[in-house]
Amino acid sequence: MGCHVECGVPSSLPISSLFLLAQMYSRSVYGFAYVCTTTMGSEDKIEDELEMTMVCHRPEGLEQLEAQTNFTKRELQVLYRGFKNECPSGVVNEETFKQIYAQFFPHGDASMYAHYLFHAFDTTQTGSVKFEDFVTALSILLRGTVHEKLRWTFNLYDINKDGYINKEEMMDIVKAIYDMMGKYTYPVLREDTPRQHVDVFFQKMDKNKDGIVTLDEFLESCQEDDNIMRSLQLFQNVM
Amino acid sequence: MAAGVAAWLPFARAAAIGWMPVANCPMPLAPADKNKRQDELIVLNVSGRRFQTWRTTLERYPDTLLGSTEKEFFFNEDTKEYFFDRDPEVFRCVLNFYRTGKLHYPRYECISAYDDELAFYGILPEIIGDCCYEEYKDRKRENAERLMDDNDSENNQESMPSLSFRQTMWRAFENPHTSTLALVFYYVTGFFIAVSVITNVVETVPCGTVPGSKELPCGERYSVAFFCLDTACVMIFTVEYLLRLFAAPSRYRFIRSVMSIIDVVAIMPYYIGLVMTNNEDVSGAFVTLRVFRVFRIFKFSRHSQGLRILGYTLKSCASELGFLLFSLTMAIIIFATVMFYAEKGSSASKFTSIPASFWYTIVTMTTLGYGDMVPKTIAGKIFGSICSLSGVLVIALPVPVIVSNFSRIYHQNQRADKRRAQKKARLARIRVAKTGSSNAYLHSKRNGLLNEALELMGTPEEEHMGKTTSLIESQHHHLLHCLEKTTGLSYLVDDPLLSVRTSTIKNHEFIDEQMFEQNCMESSMQNYPSTRSPSLSSHPGLTTTCCSRRSKKTTHLPNSNLPATRLRSMQELSTIHIQGSEQPSLTTSRSSLNLKADDGLRPNCKTSQITTAIISIPTPPALTPEGESRPPPASPGPNTNIPSIASNVVKVSAL
Repeated sequence: MGCHVECGVPSSLPISSLFLLAQMYSRSVYGFAYVCTTTMGSEDKIEDELEMTMVCHRPEGLEQLEAQTNFTKRELQVLYRGFKNECPSGVVNEETFKQIYAQFFPHGDASMYAHYLFHAFDTTQTGSVKFEDFVTALSILLRGTVHEKLRWTFNLYDINKDGYINKEEMMDIVKAIYDMMGKYTYPVLREDTPRQHVDVFFQKMDKNKDGIVTLDEFLESCQEDDNIMRSLQLFQNVM
Repeated sequence: MAAGVAAWLPFARAAAIGWMPVANCPMPLAPADKNKRQDELIVLNVSGRRFQTWRTTLERYPDTLLGSTEKEFFFNEDTKEYFFDRDPEVFRCVLNFYRTGKLHYPRYECISAYDDELAFYGILPEIIGDCCYEEYKDRKRENAERLMDDNDSENNQESMPSLSFRQTMWRAFENPHTSTLALVFYYVTGFFIAVSVITNVVETVPCGTVPGSKELPCGERYSVAFFCLDTACVMIFTVEYLLRLFAAPSRYRFIRSVMSIIDVVAIMPYYIGLVMTNNEDVSGAFVTLRVFRVFRIFKFSRHSQGLRILGYTLKSCASELGFLLFSLTMAIIIFATVMFYAEKGSSASKFTSIPASFWYTIVTMTTLGYGDMVPKTIAGKIFGSICSLSGVLVIALPVPVIVSNFSRIYHQNQRADKRRAQKKARLARIRVAKTGSSNAYLHSKRNGLLNEALELMGTPEEEHMGKTTSLIESQHHHLLHCLEKTTGLSYLVDDPLLSVRTSTIKNHEFIDEQMFEQNCMESSMQNYPSTRSPSLSSHPGLTTTCCSRRSKKTTHLPNSNLPATRLRSMQELSTIHIQGSEQPSLTTSRSSLNLKADDGLRPNCKTSQITTAIISIPTPPALTPEGESRPPPASPGPNTNIPSIASNVVKVSAL
């Protein structure tokens, strides 16, 4: 009778190769599971980190701030409400700062100037601006004496905070200001306009022509210039 | 990051001090803040629910109703609050927009109610936040489709202008329900398709034996009868195809369409058979051609909506089907190879080659299991079982997608039919209501004028004849009366007494038709041009449709719905306003939603006063036209002003 049962060792696929296949499969499964858990674990770690950085900073009391700055309580309230609205965590980091500032200058690129501003606001160089820093700076700018305002501006221009302004720093600042205007201007911005502007500035400010402007030179020159004096008083009644 | 940016404006201006020493020229004067108010809480009373917020919160977006002085129109002196007679639920979303800068769309809200509220408050729906935008757009699209369907069927029901013979024929072919002749044609062709298919089938049935020869199929036994039937069917099909070809609006497109290809394929074999002689070599090919006659059954898809849906589903699921096919092919090749090598060793194995194993794999994966090819080795049996198990999985995966697609399309169609049926009832009810109210209006007008007439004639005792109208109604009627006065047009009234009385009064509205024609001839009487607006002709619906249109579409730019004179008067209004306020009519966000008049009405005090730090958000022109559903209102005019401004001028809502 026809017996189709296979006897003996089949010369087809050996059983050992089956085991090999099974090994490979199990290894891959294990590897896959391992990768899964590690990535998921690291995701948890990332979330933990995020939670840790979600600091919430609360400013000092209203009375203290009122004493330290030249604002009234009401003005401080208004300022804080606006501040907290944009930055619920109570601190502004540079990115947020740049974004907020850029909204006022949609035609151009305000990021560089905002960068310098941020570092001027961030007096303690921590990388974030708290409400106290914010309000202190605003107090100087809006309610401070001429002397204070000029000193603040000097601090702004002095990018590396070494006490002197050199031409490169001034170039950066002036270029940042021109960047805010954007491309479509009349007349069109030429390549050497910032440089010319800086030269004019240095001519005016640098009394001893040594290539850098110190704070005293700066204060003296600005106080001689009527235009600057007048424009510093421009924003007295903001707020 | 839009909320409260206006609150940071003092900071931006203060930071401008940093530019001062660098500047070479004197700075312009700062704007004097005349209305320097301390920030205060204002109360917004919306249909009884009181909301409170800071004034500056609302002023963040000066381009909206709440942010501009427009809200002063809603100020209630007695209670010292702003009263809005609108939906408080939606107002909550609106107010949150001011607070957070993000506009959300609540899912439970009706889309058109929401749109209306947004239009009232002057907020563009395009600024809805990402979280809710998708939902909003989906709902809006659904609504638009619904409206479009309504409009389409409305248009279809209106009496069409006279179509050419060709167009009527095409309409008859496409919609058999339009005329009786079309219906007859539809059923006749259906019958002949059925007959043709049945003859094809019966032709091959063995029909009993002719004595002395083997069993013949019916086709050969009664060949003449079948040939006649076939000829008749083909003639009908040919005539139908030629008629469709003649009536088609675009013949090229018709020829390329699937149905016409099926038609051609169905009738071609017959003609080819006629042409070819009974050549032995060729008749083999001829027999093959007869297979194509079965395609006639596809002609039924014109008659059955379900078939069409099925075809459409398959087309729309093409990618899923493709995936199914591809994965099956992959699996077949893999398993066929494995089985071939597994069974290679066994003697008398049917798995002679890999392609031969394809058959086994397909039969196993689709769980058919004919049993003509069976593995004999142990390895072969193991892989065979894996093959059948995986076959179930691979086939089961894309099937639910196809099924859900089919069900969705099917339900859509069902919904369309249901809506059509409901529409009829709804329109009937609306018509009744309209005629009722317009009759009331005319009635009251008649009474009112009669009263006047009687008063003038000095019969006071019959003054209060028609005092049955309520206060609301009388106010409504007064409104309609004002509209008539404004437009110089009128509603038709067929009261002779009235017409006699009123024809002597100048600029009057109630004019009988005959008197109207008379007055036309007496040009002195008629001040207004005798151009009747189209609205007059559809008279019974005029009253409420006018009002409802006006109230609904007050936020649209005047389009052709309103009569010409009204348009003119509004434009005059708007120009007066624009001359009054000395500012360029530059608006961005709200303009497409408001009447032109409103642009002047909205003196945004901040515009002329901001010099140095200026918030200017260029709205890309793509944003300004509202959603696709609304018919584009006439002017992108105000919006195009923005790109034309070279220097950074003027306002806009701080978005």
